[in-house]
Amino acid sequence: MQQANVLTGKAAIELNHVSYSDEGLDIIKDVSGSLPEGKITTFVGPSGAGKTTIFRLLNGLISPTKGDIQLFGENIQTIEPTTLRRTVGIALQDATMLRGSVYKNLAMPKTLQNQELKKEEAEHLLTQVGLDASFLHRDVTDLSGGQRQKVSIARTLVNHPKVLLLDEITSSLDRVSTSDIEHLIQHINKEFAVTIAWITHNLDQALLIGDYTWVMMNGELIESGSTDVLKNPVNPRIQEFVKGEWQ
Amino acid sequence: MSFLSLSLSLIFVLIPLALSKTLNLGLEKDTFVATIRSIIQLLAVGYILTFVFESGSYLFIILMVALMIGAATHNAQKKGVSIRGIIWKLVLTFLFIEVLTQAILLGFQITPPTAQYIIPISGMVVGNSMVLSILFLNRFTSEIQSRQKETELLLSLGGTPKQAIHLPLIQSIKASLIPTIESQKTIGLVQLPGMMSGQIIAGADPIQAVQFQLLILFLLLTTAAVTSIMLGFLSYPTLFNERMQMLKIKTGE
Repeated sequence: MQQANVLTGKAAIELNHVSYSDEGLDIIKDVSGSLPEGKITTFVGPSGAGKTTIFRLLNGLISPTKGDIQLFGENIQTIEPTTLRRTVGIALQDATMLRGSVYKNLAMPKTLQNQELKKEEAEHLLTQVGLDASFLHRDVTDLSGGQRQKVSIARTLVNHPKVLLLDEITSSLDRVSTSDIEHLIQHINKEFAVTIAWITHNLDQALLIGDYTWVMMNGELIESGSTDVLKNPVNPRIQEFVKGEWQ
Repeated sequence: MSFLSLSLSLIFVLIPLALSKTLNLGLEKDTFVATIRSIIQLLAVGYILTFVFESGSYLFIILMVALMIGAATHNAQKKGVSIRGIIWKLVLTFLFIEVLTQAILLGFQITPPTAQYIIPISGMVVGNSMVLSILFLNRFTSEIQSRQKETELLLSLGGTPKQAIHLPLIQSIKASLIPTIESQKTIGLVQLPGMMSGQIIAGADPIQAVQFQLLILFLLLTTAAVTSIMLGFLSYPTLFNERMQMLKIKTGE
């Protein structure tokens, strides 16, 4: 079922026949594809398709069982893990917070490098993600789901990643917050030329913000290319999925 | 104490047996087995100690200590099955703490280098170290599991395994040390320690008994701190691979 990679241009990330198994279960099956540099690629597909696993592979939290992943032409297995994870940042769906203040969370990437995050920088980050600077000293337990997600994105940005992986970051947000985040991510993409990969269940969102898209099902990359893949699907499995999602 | 007196002390076993039978607690067999085992084990130890004390051979002292470390390792490793190589980590910890404490005691001539001192003190040190290891491993395993998301978050932000595991590790070390520190705060007020009580009953001067007990208490503080910290720092690296990825924790004992 594997389609040829139809993306053009320089790739920030390239996967070559990547498979990942855990406890005898094949979670990712021979996936080859790329994320074009400086573009937004959305990942769509039903739950359990392996999208989050791909992100964990890209961030280096797990390693492929077979195949290799290239980051700007370099095999990620040869890149020092902490460097890889700072270069390929990830914001997860559950927006895990560390106990304490918003500042403590924002400063953590710097703390891990024995550096300090200046208060002005932290306030600037907060306003960038649409939160008031007064949030800085709030306890994270006082934040709503949307606010936590914004703090999570701001925290990932502290490392100035070249690639940003966003795993369903707007799934728990209201329409206004979702729109704020979409604009923010587009701004980050354009302003800082950050390559973005975004998992979403919302096909409208995939069409709105994505330059490219990956459609994944059952651990396989069914198709990748421009978002036209979602508008006029040729593959019957994608047709069925898209039909189900629009209904 | 005469054998007649010791036999009469079995009344204290008959009371729980009678209570269990009357209230249908079903503990008669366990109580009986526990009593028989304690009689056999302690009498055997008594005869072995008499032999070792009389022989004056350091080889027997080393064998006794090795036996203690082996038994302590066997008991504690069940709580650390999720940590690779836990047996050797425990052996190393117990061995280190034994060498450290005896080096201080004998080096500064705090206690004489005889079996009468080395073996009972080693028993207390290794026994306490075993309890601390169990407390630490129990807490550490549950902390790792409950804080797995936080640990992975710190890794994903570019943290090293040491940074990512820092909080669960420190919490586990602190939690395992609390009982030792707390019990020392109330010692003498709530309970008289067993060794001190034993010495007083045997006719020793209470002040002399207190001095010895204080020595043991201070010794156990070192034992507790070194055990938890050493075991913690030996254990955490095995939770990650060379790519700084968190390995799956095996659950169950």
